[in-house]
Amino acid sequence: MTVNEFMMILDSKPLAEVLKEYPIGWDFLANFRLNNLANELPFSQALLKVDDEALAEFGLDRFGALKSFGAFLEQFTPKENPLEEVKSITISGGWNKSRTPENISLTISAGEIISIVGPTGSGKSRLLNDIECLAQGDTLTGRRILVNGAELDDLQRFEMEGKLVAQLSQNMNFVMDLTVREFLEMHAKCRLTPNVGEVVAICFQRANQLAGEKFSEDTLVTQLSGGQSRALMIADTAYMSDSPIILIDEIENAGINRRQAIGLLAKREKIIFVSTHDPLLALSAHKRIIIKNGGIAKVISISEEEKESLGVIENLDNTMQRLRTALRAGELIHMKDLSEPSS
Amino acid sequence: MKLITVAGPPSSGKTSVILKLIECMNCAKGSIGVVKFDCLTSFDNLSYEEAGIPVQTGFSGKICPDHYFVSNIEDAVQWGVESGFELLITESAGLCNRCSPYIRGILAVCVIDNLSGVNTPRKIGPMLKFADIVVVTKGDIVSQAEREVFAFNIRQVNSAAKVIFVNGITGQGAFILAKYLQQAVEIQSLTDTKLRFTTPAAVCSYCTGETKIGAPYQMGMMKKMEFKNL
Repeated sequence: MTVNEFMMILDSKPLAEVLKEYPIGWDFLANFRLNNLANELPFSQALLKVDDEALAEFGLDRFGALKSFGAFLEQFTPKENPLEEVKSITISGGWNKSRTPENISLTISAGEIISIVGPTGSGKSRLLNDIECLAQGDTLTGRRILVNGAELDDLQRFEMEGKLVAQLSQNMNFVMDLTVREFLEMHAKCRLTPNVGEVVAICFQRANQLAGEKFSEDTLVTQLSGGQSRALMIADTAYMSDSPIILIDEIENAGINRRQAIGLLAKREKIIFVSTHDPLLALSAHKRIIIKNGGIAKVISISEEEKESLGVIENLDNTMQRLRTALRAGELIHMKDLSEPSS
Repeated sequence: MKLITVAGPPSSGKTSVILKLIECMNCAKGSIGVVKFDCLTSFDNLSYEEAGIPVQTGFSGKICPDHYFVSNIEDAVQWGVESGFELLITESAGLCNRCSPYIRGILAVCVIDNLSGVNTPRKIGPMLKFADIVVVTKGDIVSQAEREVFAFNIRQVNSAAKVIFVNGITGQGAFILAKYLQQAVEIQSLTDTKLRFTTPAAVCSYCTGETKIGAPYQMGMMKKMEFKNL
């Protein structure tokens, strides 16, 4: 429906009916302190009883209010999402800091996991930035990022409005003063999700599977441990974020099942980049990009030997987890704990 | 010369965003100037000077910052034109959440930060509502979900604006912001252009220095609160 059509509805249907069909309209009214309108009348008529000055405080007149409400309802009606169409991206090489060409073209499809390795300052963030802004040969690296094999014009890049990429990093925290349930419900509402209860339930359940220590729905998000926070962020990103691409910058290795976490995101058909030196994560990826001197030096597909070693690394990791749990529970550590196979 | 107005609550990261933006614009040194409108003190001129960016600072003091802005912006533009800048950026700190130093036809940017609380976009009014571009800072330290909720709340108040996340420390996002800003129009003067929104009314006895409390001292434009029996 167009803004004009919404304006016609607001002009003819009783406000109560409109709000019943589009409950998000309550937010619009609250934003302009119009919560107490006569709901039995159409919006435009109810508005006649509002003081001119009250509207003017928001820079509105009556027609402006009607137009804004129409635009608001149009904006928050679920519509086709161009992001859902992102099935692959291609990194087409530029050059490194010494202006040596990268000579590379790497296509990554939904569900694929790519790790990015290289020393600090080598240019990992620059690659992530190029992906985020969909560089078209116009950034310092000269790289091009194609979506579904095609170049994008500036208009299409702007359309993405930063929603192409979701990010997860070690430094991220929750700052909202909400319980886990309220938090998930709030995010679901923003996504205009029709089945809020269902999505919230599955997010909560998956987050708990990923977290070492369980938590309840009534826990405040600000009180979650590092591992629990990360688990909740990952489950939430997997099930509620629009973004087809996920950039992960090192996940803490305590209190969360990292391999499962990445697997969960991949199963949701996301394109995943993990910047990490954690062997378990780096080798869980299908390919890894080696960054040197500001450029992509090499792309390695995981070898059979590496795949095999993953099992051993996982055992080592499980041993470390077990030791942590034991320490947390106040137990003593014995030599035999170090060799015990994982359960 | 092109002109861009940038506004935002104190400490939201306006200066950092502008500095990163200028880095991305690839312009000759000294071809971009900044005018900083502040209230009492400002230390941002140091950051600009350090980066070799010509800067002028003005303090509104006891005058409402928006009134101060509108009565000085023309001279600011003249300074910019005379200095031969390609681009002039004005930076103003909004104080009463009603500030909106935006001019019709001139690209308007509002900077707010993710840490200010998810409902902040719904509270800051014209400064956000009348902006063309809303830059969100400090997104690197909150969760993806909170960034999305924040952006949603911005769209609730201003569905037409573009929302861009910029990291004021690493500059991530500044590149795409610079791309948007290329749309700014060339101007020579602002005479006869109009503000997008009225400035706060301020013509009561207290504006002119009255300090005593009580009905006899209240003169001019007053707005009285209604106290109901609960």
